[in-house]
Amino acid sequence: MTRTFLAKSPSVLIFLLILALFTLGVTLLSEAYGVAFLSTSFIKTLGKTLCLCLAALAMDLIWGYAGILSLGHMAFFAIGGYMVGMWLMYARTEEIVVAALSNETLPATAEEIRNGIAGQIFGVVGASELPPIWIFAHSLPLQLMLVVVLPGLIALVFGWLAFRSRVTGVYLSILTQAMTLALALYLFQNDSGLRGNNGLSGLQNLPGLADVSQDNLSVWFFWASALALGLGYLLVAWIVSGKFGSVIRAIRDDEARVRFLGYSVEGYKLFVFTLTVIIAAIAGALYYPQAGIINPAELAPIASIYLAVWVAIGGRGRLYGAVIGAALVSLLSSWFTGGRAPSINLGIYTINWVDWWLVLLGISFVLVTLFAPKGIGGLFDLAQGLRRPDRKGAPLGPDDGALMEKEARE
Amino acid sequence: MSALLEVSGVSVSFDGFRAINNLSFSIGPAELRAIIGPNGAGKTTFMDIVTGKTKPDAGKVLWGETSVSLLSMSEAQIARTGVGRKFQRPTVFEDQSVTENLIMALKANRSPWAVLGWRAKAADLDRVRALAEEVGLADALPRKAGELSHGQKQWLEIGMLLAQEPRLLLVDEPAAGMTLAEREHTTRLLVDLAKTRAVVVVEHDMEFVRRLNCRVTVLHEGSVLAEGSLDHVTANPEVIDVYLGRG
Repeated sequence: MTRTFLAKSPSVLIFLLILALFTLGVTLLSEAYGVAFLSTSFIKTLGKTLCLCLAALAMDLIWGYAGILSLGHMAFFAIGGYMVGMWLMYARTEEIVVAALSNETLPATAEEIRNGIAGQIFGVVGASELPPIWIFAHSLPLQLMLVVVLPGLIALVFGWLAFRSRVTGVYLSILTQAMTLALALYLFQNDSGLRGNNGLSGLQNLPGLADVSQDNLSVWFFWASALALGLGYLLVAWIVSGKFGSVIRAIRDDEARVRFLGYSVEGYKLFVFTLTVIIAAIAGALYYPQAGIINPAELAPIASIYLAVWVAIGGRGRLYGAVIGAALVSLLSSWFTGGRAPSINLGIYTINWVDWWLVLLGISFVLVTLFAPKGIGGLFDLAQGLRRPDRKGAPLGPDDGALMEKEARE
Repeated sequence: MSALLEVSGVSVSFDGFRAINNLSFSIGPAELRAIIGPNGAGKTTFMDIVTGKTKPDAGKVLWGETSVSLLSMSEAQIARTGVGRKFQRPTVFEDQSVTENLIMALKANRSPWAVLGWRAKAADLDRVRALAEEVGLADALPRKAGELSHGQKQWLEIGMLLAQEPRLLLVDEPAAGMTLAEREHTTRLLVDLAKTRAVVVVEHDMEFVRRLNCRVTVLHEGSVLAEGSLDHVTANPEVIDVYLGRG
């Protein structure tokens, strides 16, 4: 079965090959394992980019295939980051506290250690006790489980309520934005138990691995991100290749008709929503240890809109399109906003890219939507000579296969 | 004879307008029935009620040997119990191939988990090929449904209905937009199908209804005006008055 799946989708093999070569190349150019051509911070940027690609893959599955424009997936990305961040911060602080207390004459009790940790972590928001949501923070396996379970549960409840009431289209998008904003505002509060707007920091330091330099850690996380992206790509490609993919594309195009075929449209939407939320959360759990810090600003509604923009520019409805879009736009974005892009002096006005990047991104988004609805991925069709047959007239529907005016008259 | 579908005393109004008014209707497990009536008589609303798209304000819709109520079921559940519906305008999934369209319609477990792991077996592909053969689309299997002509889309939709293996088929104006030869083919197919299952045909075209040679129900202002053979109902003065007289 797997063999026929891979044989039928050569693009998956090509993608995995390119990803493997890229990973090898970056490793050989890294400071830790190669010729030190790429700086550690750039490797972190690349690793983070791979995580964003994984989130874009999830976005493409739910938007490009199932037609649900969710503008809240980056919230789950951030929640995944928070979940793994809680353990990182707890375990790291525990090390520091234990080291500090070891100088005392009496050995420290468990109580003293716990109070020390709580004081270290929550002193900044004026609390000295660990909030109840930190009960699992001492255990890596439990906290990793939460990366999947917590976003999954939120998605199940939210999705069940929204899809059961048959909220669709732009209303659903607005609802997901509202949910994202509500989550962000909640986390901004100091008493939400996640250090308010300070967020969690120092996540780049892995507990127990103090001797390993960031040069090595950055490559390890890069490998983990590449592996996650590869596995995620395989999973999503497998899902969309079969009858399930057929059904969700059918839901995107005409959900009433799918109901009359006997498929529970709401069940499928809930399934896809929850699955993509979990993928996004896993991507976030890999992203934030590389970023080193997470705060509620990461849940800002705009982040989820960016995700949609990446997928649109890359080409929705094809998986490599989403990956290309996310990689290209997010890397360009960090180049432009990082102040590395040379300013353009027009004499009377200097175009400073830090300020103008968003304008450029907005214009490209509009242009792509208007003139290249297939996005960058559409270029591959051109290369293969797969142009659409000339069917005369304008399309009557929004989709590729829609009836053309002239055909309708026949 | 026990009925497969029994609709009794059903009423529904939209914004005060009574689209269906105390309608009663029943059909046996292997019967062909034509429903005729002028525009606004409630033909489409009737189908919407049976398929679960519209919930009636009053009345009962009972299904099968055990007389379960269809009113508490969702559209998808009703479709799974065995009600298939063909729309007037052909609605197929244009972005997908004829094969994919047919595979989606094939009778199988519809739950997301089951569908996720589903892969076509030789028997399924044979069934798809046989269905395509039956509706004359054997050569078009790999083509996108959107590329088909209007008539071919009608046939694809009929093929999808057959793949669902429904016990009751609701067909809305099947002959619309078909050539004479295609109409004959459709007639034969519907008469054939009605030997093993219930088929309800909503049609405007009297010539087509005559060819079906079956019991006819005349709807008018949301309730049944007359029922019987075509000759019987066309002789009814009321029917002539509201429907035929205007033609």
